[in-house]
This record gives sequence, structure tokens and C-alpha cells, in this order.
Amino acid sequence: MSVSESIIETTDLGQRLNGRDILRNINLRIDRGEVFALIGPTGSGKTTLLRVLDLIDSPSQGKVYFNGTDVTEAAGQRLEARRRMAFVLQKPVVFNASVYDNVAYGLKWRRMSRGDIRKRVDEVLEMVGLVDFRKRNARMLSGGETQRVAIARAIATEPEVLLLDEPTANLDPVSTMKIEELITDIIQRYYTTIVIATHDMAQGQRLAGRVGMLQNGEILQTGGWHEAFNSPRNREMANFVGIENIIDGVVLTSEDNVVTIGTDHSVIEAVSDCAVGDRIHACIRSEEVTLALARLTSSARNTFTGEITRLTITGPVARVEIDCGFRLVALVTRRSVEEMPLDKGRQVYASFKATAVHVIKQD
Amino acid sequence: MTFRKQRLNDIRSRKLTELWNGFTRAIELIISLDPEVMQIAGRSLGFAASSCAIATLISIPLGSVIHFNSFHGKRLLVNIIQTFYSVPTVVVGLFVFVFISRAGPLGSLGLIFTPAAIVIGQVLLVLPIMMGLTISALRGVDVTLTDTAISLGANRFQTASLVIKEARFAMLGAVIMGFGRAISEVGLSLMVGGNIRGFTRTLTTAISLETSKGEIELSIALGIILLFIALVVNIVLNRLQQR
Repeated sequence: MSVSESIIETTDLGQRLNGRDILRNINLRIDRGEVFALIGPTGSGKTTLLRVLDLIDSPSQGKVYFNGTDVTEAAGQRLEARRRMAFVLQKPVVFNASVYDNVAYGLKWRRMSRGDIRKRVDEVLEMVGLVDFRKRNARMLSGGETQRVAIARAIATEPEVLLLDEPTANLDPVSTMKIEELITDIIQRYYTTIVIATHDMAQGQRLAGRVGMLQNGEILQTGGWHEAFNSPRNREMANFVGIENIIDGVVLTSEDNVVTIGTDHSVIEAVSDCAVGDRIHACIRSEEVTLALARLTSSARNTFTGEITRLTITGPVARVEIDCGFRLVALVTRRSVEEMPLDKGRQVYASFKATAVHVIKQD
Repeated sequence: MTFRKQRLNDIRSRKLTELWNGFTRAIELIISLDPEVMQIAGRSLGFAASSCAIATLISIPLGSVIHFNSFHGKRLLVNIIQTFYSVPTVVVGLFVFVFISRAGPLGSLGLIFTPAAIVIGQVLLVLPIMMGLTISALRGVDVTLTDTAISLGANRFQTASLVIKEARFAMLGAVIMGFGRAISEVGLSLMVGGNIRGFTRTLTTAISLETSKGEIELSIALGIILLFIALVVNIVLNRLQQR
């Protein structure tokens, strides 16, 4: 079996619930052994998609393939495929039984022998750090511990695919860190394919290698993180991936993929293959904007002067809002704020490169 | 006028005395383990316990089948089951009587005026309430739990077993209700059991008979014993529920 072989694949998948299309045209391919993040705002359809992938729900359209076999319909095949996957739900519930029995359930259902179950459960409880809790009723545990039982219960079955739905959504920072460490541990120890749904971009980036951006039930793009962060497909996604500077404009000239964009107050140069006359959104990540007190001779094609209207320092970085006829946000280090120094009301030169501008055609 | 008032007062005080005597008699009967009273009490307990056990064996699988399957008219069926919570005991008695009386369709089995007749009647009486409460108990189990079981690879049967297990304490409530209704009914036992001394006489039918004979004290004593049995059974079942 080659490494790049797909373990889950969907074609034109659609899910309609209560007369509403929750998922549309999902064509997804998850490769064996990869960690894939499903990113999207709340209500974008992440949970619905995971439920279909785990074969809990049947899609109203399209097909789901597991290891190359169509598992959309046949009940027997679905059960068999489902037993090779595990799904940790967003709000995990534990059975009203001991921690040990909770973890043992999936194994009992697979008719594993008692001795093997004991061995496996002990091993997994050790891994999630709940050995001392094995006899405790699982309903008496804290949120973070409950999440660990849910993960232990899932990995005890040695799934080929582990689906995680917002695994840290309801947890405090310490528990979140522990869960992320545990997931990293699972990734390193087993050769498990993981699909993790999260609205936390940073978490997705910490854990996953590839990302699918889900919005209004459609996968807008899949690919690496760099692409997701820097080249969103539409304005909503740009907002979602945290691009603060989105300026509307029209392409005025175009030459060798370098375009000039006319906005309400200025002209921006960017690299794009858009044609003259196209209405576009120019997206610039705030960390791509550099600030100086005097005009610099740099390769940055776009330089604007403006007055600092707001300055917020959080930890080692500072967020600076500048009014240059339009609002521009820059992220600079706290140190440069102190050294320059920057202050509210001060005139600055803000610049960014033409290559730092991501151009999205308006719908 | 004053004479009538006087008489009324006399009767009132006599009734109060009877009530008090009933209490002391009850305690006497319980402490002395009066053979006849113990027999009647044991019979009542036995009938109610058997009918409750049989009804449990029917209502859990049947209630589960109704809960775990979706079909046309499911809601209507549940409504009908719930309507039968309030069926009068004499109506069930009449129904059973028609079937098992000598001239009835099942008359040849010779069930009329036997303990079996009472148990059959009581099963029919408590079945709706136990089935309805079983369905409610299953419905009360978090849907996420079902999803979790399915995602962990449980098949339909394994999922259902898990949900039933999760609902076990709520289902004990159904058993408690069923037992209460079975041990306290009188109309049915009287109609199909015949209140035959040493055979089908239960606490409730005995109370009814003794009261009509004017044996108020004994009736009260039997009533107290009935409540006492109900109390003990409830304590035991509640203990189980809280475990």
C-alpha cells in the first residue's frame, strides 16, 4: 500500500437536513497517515461532514469511499468501515460506568477477549494519564478528564482514521494544552490518519499538515497552511483567516502580472493575473505591513503616510491602526514600538510589497 | 335536636376509637405474625410481584422496539399507550372476565377465580404504564450517547443494549409505578379472583369485604399492612435506583 493512497474520499457529497443544504459538492480526499484540519466558522458544516465521514449519517447526495470501497449504502460494509474509524464528538459524553468500562466498550463490541481488553485498556489509560481513575465513575470527571476518556475510548480500538470534532472547544487553556499534547503523541506513536475540525486556526496549524476551508457547507479550498493563510478564495475566508486589511478597488493597469489597483483614496500595486476593469478585494496581512518614521528606500512598492489612530500592545506584539485615507493595520514587535517610538497621533510611513497583496476577484 | 347531636358525637368518637384500635390491631397482627393476615399479605405481594415481573419482561423489549424503530403512527401508538395509564381496574377486570369466564373464548382453561386470572389481569393493567414509562426512560437518554456508541463500532443491537443499560434507573421507576398499581388495585382481583378465602383473597379484597361486614378495625389493620409492604418495596427499589 503506497503512502499517498487515499483512505477517505468523497465525491459530490451533499447533506440536506430539514429542507436546508448543510453540505454541498464536497469532493475531499484524505490520504493515509496525514493529519488534515477542517477549518471553518461555527455553523459551516464541520460536524455534519465529520458525521458523514464516520458513517453515522448517510449523505443525501454523493458517495463516500473508505479504502477505495464505496461505503455510502450497504449497512454491513458501513459497520465494518466504521469499526476501523473512531470519532470523538464535540461535546463528549461518557457512559454511566467506570472509566475502565468506558474505554473497554468499543473493544467488547468487537468481541475481543477479556485478557486482550484488559491489556489494551491499561495501555491506553496509561497514555492519557488516567490510570489512577480506572475504577472511578466516568460521570464524575472534569471536562478535560472527560475529553481524555473520550479520546482514550477512541484510540483503544486502534482506528485507522481518528475524527476529532473541536476537541478543545470547551476546555480551559491548561486542559487544551494537555489534549493537544495527547493528539501530537497519538500522531507520533501510531500511524493514524487524523481529521480534526476546529475553528481555531492556530490549533489547526499546530496539529495538521493540510487544511480544508469549509464555509456555508462548501469546501472553498484545500491545501497547505501557507496557501490558506495568504491566498484565501473569497472575502469571508480572508476575514476568517485573520486578514485585517481588505481594501476594495478596480484594476487600472496590468503589465506582466503586475497590476495597479485604484481604491477610493489611493493606488496599490500588486502581483495578480486579474484583467483591467476587474473589481477586486486587495488583501494584505497586517504582519506584512512595515512602519517607519521616515520614507525608506526599499523594494516595497506601496508606501503610504498616515497618522496612528490606535495602538494596542498584547504580549510581544503591537497592533497599530493607521489612517492613510483608508484604514491600514500593521503588526509590529513591541520592541520596535518602544525604539522608534510609536505613539497615537504620530505620522508614519507604512509600506508593503506588491507580492504581499493577495488579490481576490469580487463576486 | 340535642339528642341527635349527642348521637352524632357518639358515633364520631366511636369511629375515632375504631381508627385508633385499627392501628393497635395492625401492630398486634404484624408483631404476632397472625397466620391468616400473613398469608393474605404474602399472596398480595406474590401476585403484584409476579405480574410486575412478567410485565417488565414484556414492556422492556416491546418498549425498546417501539423506541428504536421509526414507523408510521408511532406517536399515535404512544398516545394510546399513555391513555391506558388511566384505564379503570374494573374495565380490565371485565375484559379479562369476558375472555376467561366459563362461557368465554378461553373458558376451557378454567382460569376464572384463580390466582392466574388475577396475575393475567394485573399484567394487562400495569403493562401500559410500564411500557409508556420505559419509552420515556429510553427517550430520556442523551442522543449523543447513541451517536458515541455507533461511532465506537456498536451494531444496532449493541447500541440498543447500551441505551437500555443507560436508562436502567429511570426504568426502575416504571417498575415502581407498575408494582404500586398492581398491589393497590381491588376491582380486578374481586371480579376475576372472586375473593376466595385462602386462595385468591388479597389485602385489598379482604379490606373491601371486612369493611362491608363492619369489621373496620381489621380493615384498617390490613390497609396499614398494605402501605407497609408498599413502603418496604419502594425503599428497596429506591436503594437500587440510587446505586
